[in-house]
Amino acid sequence: MAIRGTEFCYPADAVTDKDNKLIEIRDLVYSRGAKKIFDGLNLTIKAGHVTAIMGPSGTGKTTLLRLITRQLVPDSGSICIDGVDISTLNQAGLYRLRQRFGMLFQNGALLTDMTVFENVAFPLREHTKLSNRLIRHVVLTKLHAVGLRGAADLMPGELSGGMARRVALARAMVMDPDILFYDEPFVGLDPISMGVIVRLVRCMNDALGITSIIVSHDIQEVSTVADSSFLIADGNVAAAGSPEELSNTSSELVRQFMHGMADGPVAFHYSAPGYAEQLLGRDAE
Amino acid sequence: MFRDIYITFIEFARTFGSYQIFLLRLLRHSPAVLFTRFPLVIRQVYNAGALSLVIIMVSGTFVGGVMALQGIDILSIFDAEEAVGMFAAFALLKELSPVVTGLLFAGRAGTALASEIGLMKATDQLSAMEMMAVNPVKRVVVPRFLGGFIALPLLTAVFSAVGLLGAHLVSVTLMDVDVGAFWQQIQQTVEMEDLMEGVYKSIVFGFVASSLAVFEGYNAIPTAEGVGRATTRTVVLTSIAVLILDFMITAALL
Repeated sequence: MAIRGTEFCYPADAVTDKDNKLIEIRDLVYSRGAKKIFDGLNLTIKAGHVTAIMGPSGTGKTTLLRLITRQLVPDSGSICIDGVDISTLNQAGLYRLRQRFGMLFQNGALLTDMTVFENVAFPLREHTKLSNRLIRHVVLTKLHAVGLRGAADLMPGELSGGMARRVALARAMVMDPDILFYDEPFVGLDPISMGVIVRLVRCMNDALGITSIIVSHDIQEVSTVADSSFLIADGNVAAAGSPEELSNTSSELVRQFMHGMADGPVAFHYSAPGYAEQLLGRDAE
Repeated sequence: MFRDIYITFIEFARTFGSYQIFLLRLLRHSPAVLFTRFPLVIRQVYNAGALSLVIIMVSGTFVGGVMALQGIDILSIFDAEEAVGMFAAFALLKELSPVVTGLLFAGRAGTALASEIGLMKATDQLSAMEMMAVNPVKRVVVPRFLGGFIALPLLTAVFSAVGLLGAHLVSVTLMDVDVGAFWQQIQQTVEMEDLMEGVYKSIVFGFVASSLAVFEGYNAIPTAEGVGRATTRTVVLTSIAVLILDFMITAALL
């Protein structure tokens, strides 16, 4: 479904693109202060896939997610979702588009003054006129899907990190979104919780026929769940392909990242003057 | 040094401009929030008002008591101790109730508002609302602003009432002032316009204290240090604003 009254990146009747493009980023430039985070980034994400955006810490993976969802505005370039250039949307149009999104934040971002049940029910209460009885059914269904129906009456402060993220996942999918964004979904989880989240990401994507975009640097987990991956480095896409293709690439940067090598194109040491010179105090002269 | 003054001035002008734009956003959404999200506003009146009652009542009692003691001490020079009721009533209704309530509100409810909104920002709760296509200004900020705005005049009325009771307690029970004379003096001398001066002040202070608190919270840097700084700024700015505005309103109404 396209958003009315907005500028299309390509003809409106070509929204269901033959290449199955859902998100198309062209020549994206974004700077924070003097530092250029993205410098002419191009990237296409296909509908129905689980797509991973990977890269070393500080390369701007989460920033890219925030740009795609227009929590941030790029300096230049275009981001088209379902054929709509999101920079042309007014707030009402943006909110209509976001009703088709679900987002899992790194820390869950549950509303701390509400129970688990009310957190999951929150989007339904805000955007629909469903009866309380129907809301109860929908919320319990979603909580059941993430295995936390029994935790409906708990407050967010009573949940473990893994449970909080599962509740956030239930909330993210309660409006049956077309696109689910995951910001570092595996960080800080124990192996069992991580396994649960990995399974849920894949199941949700396939069962609901949605598109999932995962920002992560957990190669192992991402490899098991992603259909395609992009490796971001130096403000651009350093490599793209399936996790297997990335593992077998000849690029030194990709190999360093995929195999977790301490030193390489991404230097172990932060930029600094010569070690001996600094120890001898010559750098201050 | 001139450069520092210039930078400070520019920074102040920028913050003041942002505050005014933020006020316009608050006022634009306020009528809709008041009618469509009234239960949220009532909850915030409870949070900012009912939960501040203890500190307001304790302070009111003692401020009223102190007014009575000081009043009797001065009035006894003229052998006019019975006028202590009038003395305490004027002091409380016109000045002390709105000002002290405003300052206490900044310390109790203002800091709670600023830190709550700041922490919601720091823990991505406001971003999560944005991503759920829910405007956080309408859902979080405006109900809190309206709650504080409504609560402060009510707290001022409670402060005045309890303050007068405190003055009565000290004057009549401890200092043997005639109870009839105490209340008759108040009834005969306090006019509606004296009462309204306190009401006007409390409405203005409620607006300023609540809007400053939510502004500081909403614009806090989303870190522990940033939220702490926003909380401190809320108390400092509100206290200064209350005292300056008190002078201006008093001068205007004389």
